[in-house]
Amino acid sequence: MSFAEIYNKYSAVDLDALFKGDAPGDVGHILVKDTLDADDLITLLSPNAEKYLEPMARKAHDTTLRYFGRTVQLYTPLYLSNYCVNSCIYCGFNAENDTARKKLTLEEVKKEGEHISATGLNHVLILTGESRGKSPVSYIKDCVTVLKEKFSSVSIETYALTEDEYKQLIDAGVDGVTIYQEVYDKEIYDAVHLSGPKKDYMFRLDAPERALCAGIRTAGVGSLLGLTDWRKEVFFLALHARYLQNKFSDAEINVSVPRIRPHLGKFKDVHEVGDKELVQIILALRLFLPRIGITLSTREDSVLREHLLPLGITRMSAGSTTAVGGHTIEYEECRDEQFSISDQRGVEEIKTMLRDKHYQPVLKDWMNI
Amino acid sequence: MGDILKIGGQEISSRLLLGTGKFSDKKIIREVLERTGAHIVTVALRRVDLGSDDENILDHIPEGCIFMTNTSGARNADEAVRIARLAEASGCGKWIKIEVIDDNKYLLPDNLETLKAVEILTKEGFTVLPYMSPDLAMGKRMISAGAAAVMPLGSPIGSNRGLKTEELVKIMVKEIDAPVIVDAGLGAPSDAAKCMELGCAAVLVNTAIATAKDPVNTAIAFDEATKAGRRSFLAGMRPQADLAEASSPLTGFLGD
Repeated sequence: MSFAEIYNKYSAVDLDALFKGDAPGDVGHILVKDTLDADDLITLLSPNAEKYLEPMARKAHDTTLRYFGRTVQLYTPLYLSNYCVNSCIYCGFNAENDTARKKLTLEEVKKEGEHISATGLNHVLILTGESRGKSPVSYIKDCVTVLKEKFSSVSIETYALTEDEYKQLIDAGVDGVTIYQEVYDKEIYDAVHLSGPKKDYMFRLDAPERALCAGIRTAGVGSLLGLTDWRKEVFFLALHARYLQNKFSDAEINVSVPRIRPHLGKFKDVHEVGDKELVQIILALRLFLPRIGITLSTREDSVLREHLLPLGITRMSAGSTTAVGGHTIEYEECRDEQFSISDQRGVEEIKTMLRDKHYQPVLKDWMNI
Repeated sequence: MGDILKIGGQEISSRLLLGTGKFSDKKIIREVLERTGAHIVTVALRRVDLGSDDENILDHIPEGCIFMTNTSGARNADEAVRIARLAEASGCGKWIKIEVIDDNKYLLPDNLETLKAVEILTKEGFTVLPYMSPDLAMGKRMISAGAAAVMPLGSPIGSNRGLKTEELVKIMVKEIDAPVIVDAGLGAPSDAAKCMELGCAAVLVNTAIATAKDPVNTAIAFDEATKAGRRSFLAGMRPQADLAEASSPLTGFLGD
């Protein structure tokens, strides 16, 4: 069984009609329940629930405290390469974009790693565009080996791999895999992924499961908000996360709901997701998935990030850059980022902000064993 | 007087053991430990950052405390053993709370894998305290394998539900000839007092203190409740009775 079966089951349901309904369920009743089902999730994502954001927020905050305490794990992204053979219309690394391409040498990876490590962070997320020619699994593996000397946790956000390839990277020291479906709606997926291996919806959908079968400790799934109506997208994302949590009970599952940001791509038909809607999304995710990790990226600005923090956020990036070599190397020709970030603050500033808000910044939450 | 808790051959001055996760600020940990006089403190090795100047939790633990490494994150015996060895190699000592969990949904421990880890680590000279689901047979096996104490859960980790496993813990206290320490789930100082009244040797508390509005005073309340419960146990608290006991007995006329 794969998540595709659950996806297909609910794809056959007219979710739009459910979301348009006046009051599909009673939010007050849901807030006193221990375990929520898919119907409850629909209610929490419905327009009707907007009136209950404050009580939802209180419950979400308490739930987060119970499972995570007053702690937030910090990490930073490290871009290895922006070579990409995919043509995804929302992405700055799109193969058709006229942007300078760069791939870090192992020396440069080491330099970037040393720079990040000096900030005190122990968790690094390495990213590549999809190019098996320019950045094959063997290259990613070599980068992991270099970074494991400095970091207690190395996660990857790359193209979808086979189970065996995930196994190779786990053996090299990778403990986390982040792979967003971007958009769960199959038709939209097909429309925004014009060409390249990423066009294979199913291979990507099952990627987190393959990584977990290979023995990965942490897996992150996500939906890029703005490509289509957010209610259905978040509904499927939440079901995907719950499916993975139930099937792989020893793993930690994270979700993320990045909103589309200005980028070099061609996609202009953005379905705006407002701040209030983003709040509803985070609350619904926390209430439906009490023990899920929720990652908030630097796509959101500093003020909003601070307000979202107590609603259920457990992981944040700090000192981020989305350019290859962006931490230490100034490539004149290669300043283009995958997307632009809104929160430019460094690790120290984020730490100070968290402490001011009575949260403990967690710089290390895993180790090599 | 004379009521001394001994674990692993060492005298332990406080029956309140503290966990260090979930605190908003590591500095609070020191104050909590100092104000309660807690003697044993558990720290998850996954969170220990020895290379860091200002993030090292070891700096927030007062001298004299026994540092007990928690194997949090271990999914099986092998990982727990590796974490324990790593802890020792990093200078964290030989006291280990074995926590083996492969179920993140309920965070319930895997008793069989825990037992395997106990067997290996006690042979290597570690002082081992296994966190376990309350099970008499398993508890006895843990002790036979060399565990210094057993730590059955009161209710699932972080749930604050109190001593839901009372009947099973009571049996363990009665039948196991070693300290029984209730670990996990205690939400209020009265829960700690209850455990101590039953004859538990100690309690281990983390979430209820770390996530309280006022962690320091909550910790002090737990400490006082633990002491009160212990005193009550030693005083030989009478069992609860369903019927009132008349102070002028109906059969008193029969004489002695």
